[in-house]
Amino acid sequence: MTAAPEIGSARLRSEDARLITGQTNWTDNIQLPGLLHVAFLRSPVAHGRITRIDAEPARGRPGVIAVFTGADFADEQGSLPTAWQVTEDMVLPDHPPVAVEEVRYVGEPVAVVVARDRYLAADALEAIDVDYETLPPVLDMDEAIKEGADLVHADKGTNKSYEWVFAAGDIDAAFRDAPVVIERRYVQQRLIPAAMEPRAVVCSVVGDEYTLWSSTQIPHVLRLMLATVTGIPEHRLRVIAPDVGGGFGSKLQVYGEEVACLLLAKRLGRPVKWTESRSEGNASVHHGRDQIQRLSLAAEADGRIRGLKVDLLADMGAYLMLITPGIPLLGAFMFNGIYKMDAYHFTCSGIFTNKTPTDAYRGAGRPEATFAIERLMDELASELSLDPLEVRRRNWITHEEFPYDTIAGLTYDSGNYEAATEKAHRLFEYDKLRAEQADRRERGDPVQLGIGISTFTEMCGLAPSRVLGSLAFGAGGWEHASVRMLPSGKVEVVTGSSAHGQGHETAWAQIAADRLGVPFEDVRVLHGDTSISPKGMDTYGSRSLAVGGVALYNACEKVIDKARRMAAHMLEADEQDIEFANGTFSVRGVPDQVRTVQEVSLATFLAHDLPEGFEPSLDSDATHDPANFSFPHGTHLCAAEVDTETGFVKLRSYVAVDDIGKVVNPLIVEGQVHGGLAQGIAQALYEEAVYDADGNLTTTTMADYLLPAATDLPTFTTDRTETPATTNPLGVKGVGEAGTIASTPAVVNAIVDALRPYGVADVPMPCTPERVWRACRAGGAQEAGRAGGPEHSPRPGAGGGLGSAGGEA
Amino acid sequence: MIPGAFDYVRPSSLEGALTALRAAGDDGKVIAGGQSLLPLLRLRLAYPEILVDLGSVPELSGVRDEGSSLLVGAMTTHYDVLRDPLIHQHAPLVAAATATVADPAVRHRGTFGGSLAHADPAGDLPAVALAMDAVFVTSSREIPASEFFSDYLTSALEPDEVLLGVRLPKSYAGWGFHYEKFHRTAQAWAIVGVACLVQRSNGEISAARIGLTNMGSTPIRASAVEQAVTGGAANREAFRAAAESAAEGTSPPSDLHGSAEYRRHLVTVLTARALSKAASV
Ligand SMILES: Cc1cc2nc3c(=O)[nH]c(=O)nc-3n(C[C@H](O)[C@H](O)[C@H](O)COP(=O)(O)OP(=O)(O)OC[C@H]3O[C@@H](n4cnc5c(N)ncnc54)[C@H](O)[C@@H]3O)c2cc1C
Repeated sequence: MTAAPEIGSARLRSEDARLITGQTNWTDNIQLPGLLHVAFLRSPVAHGRITRIDAEPARGRPGVIAVFTGADFADEQGSLPTAWQVTEDMVLPDHPPVAVEEVRYVGEPVAVVVARDRYLAADALEAIDVDYETLPPVLDMDEAIKEGADLVHADKGTNKSYEWVFAAGDIDAAFRDAPVVIERRYVQQRLIPAAMEPRAVVCSVVGDEYTLWSSTQIPHVLRLMLATVTGIPEHRLRVIAPDVGGGFGSKLQVYGEEVACLLLAKRLGRPVKWTESRSEGNASVHHGRDQIQRLSLAAEADGRIRGLKVDLLADMGAYLMLITPGIPLLGAFMFNGIYKMDAYHFTCSGIFTNKTPTDAYRGAGRPEATFAIERLMDELASELSLDPLEVRRRNWITHEEFPYDTIAGLTYDSGNYEAATEKAHRLFEYDKLRAEQADRRERGDPVQLGIGISTFTEMCGLAPSRVLGSLAFGAGGWEHASVRMLPSGKVEVVTGSSAHGQGHETAWAQIAADRLGVPFEDVRVLHGDTSISPKGMDTYGSRSLAVGGVALYNACEKVIDKARRMAAHMLEADEQDIEFANGTFSVRGVPDQVRTVQEVSLATFLAHDLPEGFEPSLDSDATHDPANFSFPHGTHLCAAEVDTETGFVKLRSYVAVDDIGKVVNPLIVEGQVHGGLAQGIAQALYEEAVYDADGNLTTTTMADYLLPAATDLPTFTTDRTETPATTNPLGVKGVGEAGTIASTPAVVNAIVDALRPYGVADVPMPCTPERVWRACRAGGAQEAGRAGGPEHSPRPGAGGGLGSAGGEA
Repeated sequence: MIPGAFDYVRPSSLEGALTALRAAGDDGKVIAGGQSLLPLLRLRLAYPEILVDLGSVPELSGVRDEGSSLLVGAMTTHYDVLRDPLIHQHAPLVAAATATVADPAVRHRGTFGGSLAHADPAGDLPAVALAMDAVFVTSSREIPASEFFSDYLTSALEPDEVLLGVRLPKSYAGWGFHYEKFHRTAQAWAIVGVACLVQRSNGEISAARIGLTNMGSTPIRASAVEQAVTGGAANREAFRAAAESAAEGTSPPSDLHGSAEYRRHLVTVLTARALSKAASV
């Protein structure tokens, strides 16, 4: 009886019914006897000294139990942690969870109200009287690094937190006499993560035992960090992440609100709850991206890349949070993309501004890098009047060259860029679309067609601990899993991965069912509670399957190894002669002599008759530390119709061919790709956190911070090629961020491609209709000497003229 | 966000509603679908002390045929407007514009009357009501559309005055119509919108009525364009030329979704397109 293999089966996600019907415990649903409600008063100024706080009127408001200011907490609240000291001299300012003397961004907590219900707490905020002596806000990174600039942290004497450099090869030689040099400045706008479930925290204290529920991606890291910040002993603190409605990096954080809730529960001896509102969250959840990129690429006349220089200013916001300084550096190893080159030079300066702190956001450093190199490849193609696919072909690592040591010092274990591109090219009907593009240019159609390409790779499977150590990251990159064989034959899997929408309960059960040969329904997956899953490094960076899934695989192998000995004993055979397949142990050559894994499990539980010295348990633990990163890749092609009269961009078709190695559940993969594409497309077209000249965030609501819905997106064509990762036994690479990383440059490349005949070489993100329209109008000015409008320069696929240092081919 | 405290009543008759509003004076506010009012309360931009819900006043819902006009009850939801055969027959422009409002969830709660009483120049229906010369029937009088919208989020309604319904003349049945809405995402408000009605005879435009969404603090008629197309040829070139003056007399806002300069440009392109689609050329 051979069932279809579980690994690779497109199972519906077993957690979905409870998630989408709301039949579950989100943090905000949790009710405890005597629960009190917390509201935070937040700074309305971007930079200011708190000269006076009068909380007395609020204390007298109906239903108010207590009001605390930062000063009330000063002795206890500590400083929020940063786990990544990227350079020895990195400037790391104090970051009190509730501001004490100075506020440094709009939305920073300055006082806390605790009341009998949420509404009374919110009302009482209005009765707290705060005087601020406003200080000049620092809002622009280029200004922030000038001599004599206003300072975010006056005591630090600088707005620069660090400068981090990576160099490989002879960069001067690469640029010396280079036939082509392309220089560009791109801006990665600031983004606001918009998880469907806002943040929420519940905290209770019984005796000296603390329990904290939080809508977090990282219960394990959070427990350790909160213990460190507050001095509560780690073993007295239990952190629970109940079902969590998305994070995208924003819940990979140790937030001041979490610390404050712990302190409040401790002081008041009663449980407390805080749930943020959407507009509160927009200002106070950590933001993503926000980089100014100065890029130079040197190439031969035939398009082969000689070298790449990257100079980044990365906005840290007002403080360094958990891994703020490291985010742009995760991109340092990815600016070279899938291409070969002789030299690479990377510099990144982390800059403080009076804005909400930044940190991980889906892709974390890699979308920024991928955008830069994929935009540059299109610019290079334009400069040389080559098809942008051809320029990529001339530079990418060919499939025979793997494993390949890149200029950025990584070893790409496997990949096949030719195969993915070939498939995407076919599905997209590339040649047909190019013909239509030429036709529209010819006719001077007000709606032009553009084709955008992104042949990306990324590093997933964060991370080999030794690499993290060499980067001075404050933790390892392993993951833990354990398997419990229950006497009835059922199985409990405990994972240190912390799902918040990814479908781990389904995928992990598939892995265990596949490896142990038990029915899928007989496996239960437990996670997200430090008492139930005591060990883990949690979920972010597309790491769960490539690290946590492999830990589970290893734990299952250990179960089978132990069970094999027990089965040999039961079958009175030699252990070497025992075979295991589909959940059944048999003696080689004696196919009717069998014991199922369930029978072995029960016999072990009974322990009446065990092999000599055999411990009566099949349960196992495994902690997997990856030997290398994994490197998903793919080819994404986007066709965009650009209305030159209004600037409106309509995505007509989008083909994503991803190579993520082996697949455990194709349906989950499909979902991750779709969501990822929506998010990456949103950066290209819609999303931007906007601050006014005083440092107020103006995009506080969904009416101003635009997110696309299904109606705004094309029907995606997705497909895969499958080049297994060679560095883990499952052959998996990770898919959580691929769509987001790949799609942003594909879309912008398509828009610019459509408008090349108008002299347009770039449109800043998000490419709003107004910006696209302005780019069309300014096109002639953008590229000196070239007339705007297709009738004047109908050179399909051509463009350039900017930054060419030497002669053209 | 969390609104400040307020009281709430849900009278079952118009008389009851009016009594409650009169008693509340300036502190009372009518609530219909709540789709615009509640966001204001939650952002703490408004602090009414009492909300008077019209949801149980029976005579305010539905579309009635009054002979030469339709009377659309103020509490008729967008969803019901879209399903109403009388609307499709006599005022298809209303259906076309309503179909672009928000998303299905909002259209099930939000009301025709609420959308107009809210007097948001970015709302899609005010420009339509203006173009159609709708008449606003209230608890105390009748107000022509040209006098109803007085400023940004401000209508001619008094605090204790209830909008009962809106009278739409049937005279535009048979005219070409189109609502051209320009927005960044399907669920977003209009950056600019153009409500257009044209009457054609012998390849010419014999009459045109054009209302503009979000080109000022109130909806605005594009009178210069109306005049320029009337009596002219019904073709794209003529429309494009006429639409050049679409921004005349407007004072559009500058906001995150577009500058005033961009809106002034956009309205010319959209007006030309709306005319072409309305005239089916
Ligand atoms: C997400 C979202 C997107 C939206 N997008 C659009 C869009 O694209 N286009 C668009 O046009 N609209 C849009 N809207 C608004 C929607 O159309 C609302 O339904 C409408 O603006 C208000 O109708 P309402 O019945 O909800 O009124 P309410 O919110 O209940 O009331 C609005 C105002 O009108 C007053 N009022 C209501 N009824 C009466 C009455 N009978 N007499 C006197 N005063 C009254 C109220 O006192 C209040 O001041 C959107 C709303 C949301 C939430």
